Amino acid sequence: MTAKIIVRDVRKRFGRKVVLGGVDLDIAAGESLVVIGGSGTGKSVLIKSILGLIRVDSGSIIVDGVEVTALRGAALAAHQAKFGMLFQGGALFDSLPVWRNVSFALPRSEGAARLKAAAIDNLARVGLGPDVADLRPSELSGGMQKRVALARAVAARPEIIFFDEPTTGLDPIMADVINDLIVSLVRDLKITALTITHDMASARKIADRIAMLYAGRIVWQGPRGMIDISGNAYVDQFVQGRADGPIAIPVIPA
Amino acid sequence: MTGLPHDIVGVLRAIGRFVLGGLASIGRVVLFAGRAVAHAALPPYYPARLIEQIIVIGWFSLPVVGLTALFTGAALAQQIFIGGSRFNAAATVPAVTVIGIVRELGPVLGGLMVAGRVSSAMAAELGTMRVTEQIDALTTLRTDPLRYLIAPRVLAATLVMPFLVLVSNVIGVLGGFVLATTRLGFNAANYLDRTMSFLKTDDIVSSLVKAAVFGFIIALMGCYHGFHSNGGAEGVGKATTSAVVSAFILILLSNLIITVVVFGSR
Repeated sequence: MTAKIIVRDVRKRFGRKVVLGGVDLDIAAGESLVVIGGSGTGKSVLIKSILGLIRVDSGSIIVDGVEVTALRGAALAAHQAKFGMLFQGGALFDSLPVWRNVSFALPRSEGAARLKAAAIDNLARVGLGPDVADLRPSELSGGMQKRVALARAVAARPEIIFFDEPTTGLDPIMADVINDLIVSLVRDLKITALTITHDMASARKIADRIAMLYAGRIVWQGPRGMIDISGNAYVDQFVQGRADGPIAIPVIPA
Repeated sequence: MTGLPHDIVGVLRAIGRFVLGGLASIGRVVLFAGRAVAHAALPPYYPARLIEQIIVIGWFSLPVVGLTALFTGAALAQQIFIGGSRFNAAATVPAVTVIGIVRELGPVLGGLMVAGRVSSAMAAELGTMRVTEQIDALTTLRTDPLRYLIAPRVLAATLVMPFLVLVSNVIGVLGGFVLATTRLGFNAANYLDRTMSFLKTDDIVSSLVKAAVFGFIIALMGCYHGFHSNGGAEGVGKATTSAVVSAFILILLSNLIITVVVFGSR
C-alpha cells in the first residue's frame, strides 16, 4: 500500500547550518508516527516542510500522491487544508475568544451561533466545558490553552494532524491528559498523525511507530515496542537520557 | 598579473555587498506591496477586519493628529507674522498659513504622527504573532495570512489617511485663525475670507493624494517588518524600530517627489 506521506532525501540548510541532511520517512494512512530527537535536530523544520510552510532545498515530499515541493498558490492552500496542527506554544489568537479560535477554520457562512455550537462540541472532546468558550486565551492556564489548541486543530476534521511538542511546558499529569486526548482523537477521527517530541513518555503513549532524527537524518525507525531493544546506540542514549554516548553535546568546562 | 591590492578589493566587495543587499531589500518590499494589493483586491474579503482597522488607524489617531495640527497651525501663523513684519508682509499670514498647512504640514506631520503610532503597533503585533507561530497557525487553519492580516491593514490605512489629513488641515488652519485673531489683531471675517480666496482645488487634491500615499506606506512598512520579524522579543523590537524609521524616510521622500511632480513646474 502506498504511504499517505512520503519524504525522500529532503535537505534544508539555513545559511551554513544544515538542518535536514537527507531525511527519508513514510507515514501510512491512519498511522501515528512519532519523531523523537533532541532540541535543534530539525524536527520542527521537517513538519513545516511537509506542510509547505518552509521550502526545502532539495528532495521530494509526496502527500496523497501529490508532490508538495512544487505546489504554489491555490494548490498549496488546498494541500495545507488537509492538515491540522497543534503548535508547541498553542499559537492561539490572543485577540479572539476561545470559541472563535476553535471555530476559526470552519466556514464563516455558517453564522456565529452555529460556529459557537461547533466550538463548544469540540471543546467537550478535549474535556472543556462551555464556560470556557467566551474566555480569552490569556485567561487560561497552560494546560487549558493546549487543550483549546487541540480542539482547534481537529475542529475542521483534517485528514492529517501534526503535533509539535504537545507536552512541552506541562506538568506530568496534564501531559498524560494531553497524551490520552491525542490517542483518542486520532483513533476516533481516524486521522493520520505525525508528532515530534523529546518526551519519551509521550512517544510511548502516542506512537504506533517511532523514528529518531539526529543530525538532520533519520537514524532509526521501528514499532513502538522496539524502542527499548532497537540496538541503535543513538536511540539507546536518547531513550535512557545519558550524557555519554554517540550524541555529543559540547559543554565548555567551568 | 598584477592584481588590485587586497584592501581595495575588500572595500569594493563590501560596497558591492551593501548595494546588492539594498537592491534585494527594495525588491522584497516591492513584491510584498504587490502581493498585499493583489490580496486586497481579490476575494475572500474580511469586512469586519477592515472596519476594525479603520477604527484603530483612523478614529484612534484623531486626537494626536488633531493636536499636532492645532499647535503647528498656531505656531506657523505666529512665525509668518514675525517674518512677514520684517518686510511689511504681515497680512500674508492667512494665505501662507493655509497653503503651508494644506500642501505640506498637514499631510506630512499627520503622516509622521500616524506612522509613529500605527507602523510601530502593526510591526509589534504582527511580529509577536510571527514569533509565537500565530501566523503559521493561520495557514494551517485554511486562512491566507496576507489576506487576513495584511490586506485589511493596508487598505484601511490608505482609505482613512485622506480623511485624517482633511480633518488635520481644517484644525491646522483653525489653529492659525485662533492665534491670529486673538493675539495678532486680525479681523476674523477678513482672515477667513483671505484663507478661502488663496486656497485652490489643486492644494486640497495634492494634500489628499499625499495622505493616501502616506497611509499606504505606513501600513506597508508596519506589516512588512512585523510579518518578517524573527528572533524572539529582540527581533520584534528591531522590527518595530525598522518599521517606524523606514516609514518616516519613505513619507518624507514620497512627499518631496509628489511636491516636485505636482508643483515643480509652476
